[in-house]
Amino acid sequence: MRRILSVLLENEPGALSRVVGLFSQRGYNIETLNVAPTDDQTLSRLTVTTTGDDLKIEQITKHLNKIIDVVKVVDLTEGAHVERDTLLVKVRAEGPQRDEVKRTTEIFRGQIIDVGPVTYILQLTGPSDKLDSFLQALGETEVMEVVRSGVAGMARGEKVLAP
Amino acid sequence: MEMLSGGDMIVRALEDEGVEYIFGYPGGAALHIYDALFKGEKVPHILVRHEQAATHAADGYARATGKPGVVLVTSGPGATNAVTGIATAYMDSIPLVVISGQVQSHLIGEDAFQETDMVGISRPIVKHSFLVKRVEDIPATLKKAFFIASTGRPGPVVVDIPKDLTHPEHKFPYEYPESVSLRSYQPSSKGHSGQIRKAARMLLGARRPVIYAGGGVIQGEGAAQLTALARRLNYPVTNTLMGLGAFPGTDRQFLGMLGMHGFYEANMAMHHADVILAVGARFDDRVTNTVSKFCPGAKIIHIDIDPASIAKIVPVDIPIVGPVSTILEELDKQVMQQMEGAERALPDESSLNQWWQQIDSWREAHGLWHGRRYGESEAIKPQDAIQALYQATRGEAYVTSDVGQHQMFAAQYYKFDYPRRWINSGGLGTMGFGLPAAMGIKIALPDADVACVTGEGSIQMNIQELSTCSQYACPVKIINLRNDYLGMVKQWQDMQYEGRYSESHYAASLPDFVKLAEAYGHVGLEVRAHKDLLPAMEEAFALKDKLVFLDIHVDPDEHVYPMMVAPNGAMKDMWLSKTERT
Repeated sequence: MRRILSVLLENEPGALSRVVGLFSQRGYNIETLNVAPTDDQTLSRLTVTTTGDDLKIEQITKHLNKIIDVVKVVDLTEGAHVERDTLLVKVRAEGPQRDEVKRTTEIFRGQIIDVGPVTYILQLTGPSDKLDSFLQALGETEVMEVVRSGVAGMARGEKVLAP
Repeated sequence: MEMLSGGDMIVRALEDEGVEYIFGYPGGAALHIYDALFKGEKVPHILVRHEQAATHAADGYARATGKPGVVLVTSGPGATNAVTGIATAYMDSIPLVVISGQVQSHLIGEDAFQETDMVGISRPIVKHSFLVKRVEDIPATLKKAFFIASTGRPGPVVVDIPKDLTHPEHKFPYEYPESVSLRSYQPSSKGHSGQIRKAARMLLGARRPVIYAGGGVIQGEGAAQLTALARRLNYPVTNTLMGLGAFPGTDRQFLGMLGMHGFYEANMAMHHADVILAVGARFDDRVTNTVSKFCPGAKIIHIDIDPASIAKIVPVDIPIVGPVSTILEELDKQVMQQMEGAERALPDESSLNQWWQQIDSWREAHGLWHGRRYGESEAIKPQDAIQALYQATRGEAYVTSDVGQHQMFAAQYYKFDYPRRWINSGGLGTMGFGLPAAMGIKIALPDADVACVTGEGSIQMNIQELSTCSQYACPVKIINLRNDYLGMVKQWQDMQYEGRYSESHYAASLPDFVKLAEAYGHVGLEVRAHKDLLPAMEEAFALKDKLVFLDIHVDPDEHVYPMMVAPNGAMKDMWLSKTERT
């Protein structure tokens, strides 16, 4: 099962490598990884999506908590939550494709953020599966390059992840 | 405020932390620190002959005293040589603070001379590590390092310090913090009362209980509490390799060690138990054998300081996270209250009696000495050598070991009545651990008898420390069970590879250990006949001020038994001798 773990991490050199090292060392899988400082500059927030049964996720959570730089860990998929992933995709946009791509992007409420003579860069934000669908919907359009931010997420309602 | 250089700060911080000894080896990136040490004069430094030995010596010191061991090495090869010792300490949860010199800050990342990314290289084998960036941070970083190493589930902490930060002319205000608090690290101080109550109820309702106690009981200072609880309940106790001494080895309730080379009665009792109280143990693969066949009828209570150890291998019915000492104390109180408040006698006397009868019959059938007796052959049996060591030291010695057959024989045949007396590398299984560890213990406890049980394979992995033992007058006794083979490798080759001794034999090239010991200024004694065994052992320990190297020629064909059957065996499946199995 797919899980989203959100981790508050001391914003220290080497902290990220401890988290990533734990996953590789113990054979856990990282599907996406997103990390950036929070409003509190001493803290980074890291979101990792991984897969595993309850037992495995429990072990991952426990091991994450053991890392001295980790302040808090929460499994967002345990409760109601929102998740967002951002996709940038560079496509070849020539001739009739130019309009076709524009229409598809509008349907998915995406944006064209760069217009070249024969290319577009498209931007789309949403849950991962929406981004996957969009890439599929591009159909025969030639996709030249793709980059995704990885999932970031939060619990709905009053629940917060704070130190 | 006092102004100190980074080098002086390190030395002062170690003094302020109450450090008794530093084990180390100087080199370029650590020279400013060594110069500060020279001027400091307060904390004695033990100069080893190889950095691996520094970590093992500090580790032995920590295991015997309960205080964190301190290591000081230089960058690059100094640091990488220390890695095996750090991994050894990590696997057995031993508190170490390892200070490594690093190349100057501006050279980091440039493949400078003797540069290695110590924080990176040690990352999977440390509890935590620091790369210090500013001189002002040195005191607080060291305080944190000691705090993290010695609290919660203990472990090694690396502090990597670039050379420019220790420069004698760059002085900054020094203040050693009284205490430290980390928002991301708050080890639990007490177990959950509700869980403890439930555990007491489950324990008292048991009909075939076993207490399975590991190294956590020793590291967590819970041996007295464990013994009190076990005696109140009259329940059988088994210890892991790391837990020997957590419950008195000579006690009637003690079933011996469990696991791969555990006692027959211990493994049988585990397999047939209905309630297992696991304390400070981690269901290691050397204990469980095939996990799916592990203790099929047992409910499990698991007490451990580390939540990640709980339900890692085996599902647990009642988990209790926290320090074993306070939890065992509270559990004992709960047990006592529930016994007093119960309408009928608890635990049920007749089922407990039956259980003990069953255990006694197992003991009788295949106990450790079954079918053999001390001194029955002219050739020396390795088991008899350990028995003689036990007699000569009246069971009071600190015994370190290396890794292999001799280690298992020592664990089986030396009965440890106290915690912190049996000191071996259980988790990592590091050959070469024994001699430097013994050195660390003897330095800390000069009046104690310290024996290093080893083999001619292991001892050669750190034999250079015979020189350190001369320099610091460390009269440890080396009990070399010499069988001219890598004994445990040979045993496996006998059992699983039809006796093809691939690279496990080297008799013709072994040194004359007696002369070797003498070359370092020690005493060497060779023992070839059983009749000379005990007298030689007694002579060795009578030579109080001398390191004695006892080169004991033992029967090379001896195997360690019992031995759990693998793969696909349960704990009850054991070889009991070369021909018998359960």
